[in-house]
Amino acid sequence: MNLNGKKVTLHDMSLRDGMHAKRHQISLDEMVNIATGLDEAGMPLIEVTHGDGLGGTSVNYGFPAHSDEEYLGAVIPKMKNARVSALLLPGIGTVDHLKMAKDLGVSTIRVATHCTEADVSEQHIGMAARMEMDTVGFLMMAHMVSPEKILEQARLMVSYGANCIYATDSAGYMLPDDVTARIGLLRAELPANVEVGFHGHHNLGMGIANSLAAIEAGASRVDGSVAGLGAGAGNTPLEVFCAVLDRMGVETGIDLYKIMDVAEDRVFPIMDQPIRVDRDALTLGYAGVYSSFLLFAQRAEKKYGIQARDILVELGRRGTVGGQEDMIEDLALTMAREKGLL
Amino acid sequence: MSKKLKAAIIGPGNIGTDLLMKMQRSEWIEPVWMVGIDPESEGLKRAAEMGIKTCATGVDGLLEHVIADDIRVAFDATSAYVHAENSRKLNELGVIMIDLTPAAIGPYCVPPVNLEAHAKNLEMNVNMVTCGGQATIPMVAAVSRVQPVEYGEIIATVSSRSVGPGTRQNIDEFTRTTAGAVEKVGGARKGKAIIVINPAEPPLIMRDTIHCLTESEPDQAAITESVHAMVKEVQKYVPGYRLVNGPVFDGNRVTCFMEVEGLGDFLPKYAGNLDIMTAAGLRTAEMFAEEVSNGTITLPERG
Repeated sequence: MNLNGKKVTLHDMSLRDGMHAKRHQISLDEMVNIATGLDEAGMPLIEVTHGDGLGGTSVNYGFPAHSDEEYLGAVIPKMKNARVSALLLPGIGTVDHLKMAKDLGVSTIRVATHCTEADVSEQHIGMAARMEMDTVGFLMMAHMVSPEKILEQARLMVSYGANCIYATDSAGYMLPDDVTARIGLLRAELPANVEVGFHGHHNLGMGIANSLAAIEAGASRVDGSVAGLGAGAGNTPLEVFCAVLDRMGVETGIDLYKIMDVAEDRVFPIMDQPIRVDRDALTLGYAGVYSSFLLFAQRAEKKYGIQARDILVELGRRGTVGGQEDMIEDLALTMAREKGLL
Repeated sequence: MSKKLKAAIIGPGNIGTDLLMKMQRSEWIEPVWMVGIDPESEGLKRAAEMGIKTCATGVDGLLEHVIADDIRVAFDATSAYVHAENSRKLNELGVIMIDLTPAAIGPYCVPPVNLEAHAKNLEMNVNMVTCGGQATIPMVAAVSRVQPVEYGEIIATVSSRSVGPGTRQNIDEFTRTTAGAVEKVGGARKGKAIIVINPAEPPLIMRDTIHCLTESEPDQAAITESVHAMVKEVQKYVPGYRLVNGPVFDGNRVTCFMEVEGLGDFLPKYAGNLDIMTAAGLRTAEMFAEEVSNGTITLPERG
């Protein structure tokens, strides 16, 4: 694979996707510490919000240690060069949250829908584009449908005003050819001024390989997470990815040793559990299940005595999508009753 | 035999047609008019085939028939944008308006919780909240009538096929309106609503999760009894309303997991979210008719 001379914008997820792995309990000090480290290392974009995006605070997804306003208000003023993005899932967050984020200095808004439901994003993408924000359409669970369907949905988001479209491997299910097919089609068919991006999870250990495939197929933005801190087995570990890109001659503008130090000295120490491809995270990738279900399934296992792996496989069989965390306890109860455990 | 109130349905789409089919079985409401804006629309043709008078010139075309046909109740299944005008014109003629749009200019109505109060007050415009609200607010109320609820949160998961373009274009309206009604009707001090759209095939039946955080330790026995009683109340007009799991108690959290299967009149059975709206709207009109028949309220006088 020859990527020599290509440029890519890396986007750190540790303070948003990483919130899943931290049960949304990252402290303000930890957040500022990691974000300033990333800024000094040259990371151009850093995402900060509840793991489920603006307005994600809930019983269903978890109450965070601090509100989105507090996190954004603490991090943004400390940034010298890095810009800060926020995620928004229509059905959870609203345009009111979007305006709040813009007022606090968020430059990039990423409006996320399930990969077949782009038409719920018209209000939010339209509003962000009218406010002249960097507006990204983020198609989740993109492994579930064909590249052609992804393109159809991407076109809707572009028509609402998105200037960048992501194919998102929320389940960490894709193999490099799956990434190539989706990113390649988006790049070939979308207008040249619309960027294409890829967001991976490491549940099958494919984070780096898939991200390389994405760049080769035309992605100019790639998400990852310093030290891999993210849902499931985490996101593409950015310090590793930076080293690989450096050797392949891809320009990222990031200082490799500095990002290695952020991973080791600032992120690793705050992990509640090792972010690794354990049995349950592997199941997510194997069965194609939304990565943030991991800790919920493990908690249900403890409470109801049903193996997390069995719960996750059943969730995959039922075609659950992002946001259906409430299904996990419901299903565990039903399975426990069927087994005579309740 | 009771005296049926005569009704008009505005909006001959999926909701309007489903409502018409349910109304034809009603002991209290008699469908007379179906109002649309497109003479070629399938919905108006269907209504005509079902023996209903149709009008393709909107509410304005209906107005001259209101008194002659003694129309007493109208169901608005159009959009929030035109509802206020529809309501004003028909209220002037003494027609009670049941609002199935998210306009919410009248008070929220969730039948087993507050319909009786609205009927006794002869509210001339009542709003049916949202599908998610109809499916979940009875459960919030079932907890809050036992003890104070600090926070109520509902998650409605609906099949992609059952969510129309109106809801999709304005999904924020769903979350805002539903959260507001979780507070105002459900009785939670703070409300939150989440909607998830799932495209699985075959389509999934509407499912809803209701989380309540009680101010003090939940009285498990009283809440469990209250929840089961409330489920029975909703089942009177939506037989496919089921408590799948719960109430689950975890500290101060009380959680119910529901499934809502529709009757499959015009809308498929999985679209319990649409069915519970039409069923609740009809139930609301029926309650008004019952109160009139009991002499509890008197309809506006007509010459």
